[in-house]
Amino acid sequence: MSAHFENRALVVPGDILYEGRIRAGNNTYRMGGKVYATHVGLVEYGRGVVSVIALEAGYTPMVGDTVIGYVVDIDVGQWIVDINAPMNAVLKVPDAMEVPFTPDLAMTDFLDVGDTIVAKVVDLDRRRTPILSILGGELGKVDEGLVVEMTPSKVPRLIGKKGSMVGMILKETGCRLVIGENGRILIQCADREDEELIVSIIRKIEREAHTTGLTNRVHDYIMRMRGVKNG
Amino acid sequence: MGEEEWRRRDGRAWNELRPIKIESGVLPNADGSAYIEMGRNKIIVAVYGPREMHPKHLAKPDMAVLRCRYHMSPFSTHPRRSPGPSRRDTEIGMVMRYALEPAIFLERFPRATIDVYAEVLQADGGTRCASITAAAVALVDAGIPMRDLVSACAAGKIEGHIILDLNDHEDKYGEADVPVAYMPRLDRVTLLQMDGVLHPDELKRCIELAIEGCKRIYELQRKALKRKYEEVVEEVKEGE
Repeated sequence: MSAHFENRALVVPGDILYEGRIRAGNNTYRMGGKVYATHVGLVEYGRGVVSVIALEAGYTPMVGDTVIGYVVDIDVGQWIVDINAPMNAVLKVPDAMEVPFTPDLAMTDFLDVGDTIVAKVVDLDRRRTPILSILGGELGKVDEGLVVEMTPSKVPRLIGKKGSMVGMILKETGCRLVIGENGRILIQCADREDEELIVSIIRKIEREAHTTGLTNRVHDYIMRMRGVKNG
Repeated sequence: MGEEEWRRRDGRAWNELRPIKIESGVLPNADGSAYIEMGRNKIIVAVYGPREMHPKHLAKPDMAVLRCRYHMSPFSTHPRRSPGPSRRDTEIGMVMRYALEPAIFLERFPRATIDVYAEVLQADGGTRCASITAAAVALVDAGIPMRDLVSACAAGKIEGHIILDLNDHEDKYGEADVPVAYMPRLDRVTLLQMDGVLHPDELKRCIELAIEGCKRIYELQRKALKRKYEEVVEEVKEGE
């Protein structure tokens, strides 16, 4: 019955995190009364649970996630969408437009291969294929802006506690951001320079995700970059 | 001459590894990657996935499929080697897959594939072990859930001496070569091959010696994985 690391220590897969009765949380597994890590990350000992905050992890679709996807194929009555997950998602006609599906419906006029969409995961079918919807505010085809990718497990760091990080970035830059839980971020700014600033901010957050005091440092960084631009 | 005084052609002691350098996350366009230098071996490994399987009929409904491609660059050996995949490349790709599969939670990604590409840039014996070692680091860097790391190392026999981590010369002119891949935390051997002739007792000693080498390599893999993050922490501290 003992913890093997300090809280928030860096661990790698196979590290024994705990011996004894405890719940194995995210990015861990239990075998023979011991809890092991499955990802590189920071170990967290909570109340009766041990978990790892992954520093490298892929995206696993969950119902309710907002994702940014690329249309990669068209089937009868559905679009196939790449959402940076182990399997492609599908967007069916009733989840995309008010018009009912008829065999002579010109689907490519609405969404074509190569288009970018902001969508919501509304369901996982029995093969665990994500089902998307683009009905609703903020969702739909993307006409302008820039999409950048980051490690999906670091997206919460970009959002911050109660949206503190993203709120600060939006306030300082005046840009529009759509954050996909799948690690894709849509940036829409008034000019190109601001977009590039946001990209460098995202790269900084991704690189320094495991350090403390990140929001303050990013704020200083924006001020510094702004100073360079104006001065 | 006693076991202590005997030295190998490159000056190493019988139980000494070659100098090893491992780096993780070297390729920005791959999901995960690693670079290893083990003596004069230089290998780069890229990992993609888990991603949609193409062609689709190769996908398994209950688990992901691990695909490994081992390839030696034409300029990696002397003399130049033909650039196409050889029978040997196919075999090593297969044994890499067998060595890595037990460490990965493949059942978490049904119908998907994980692709591992190992490219040997310079070869000097023991490339299959170095490739497995680097592939394990690259898989972790790709964020793929793993039970444990996999470390690999060979042991063998030359001029009647049992030795660790054979180089090209020892591999070619020695009596035997025993590559071993090993999961250090779970204490499991995932690859065991033998080329040459050994007495059963000698084979046992070779396996034990190779596992000892794997444990040392494991520490280097851990350091390589952590270094990327620790560097940033130090950088941030300095900035304050």
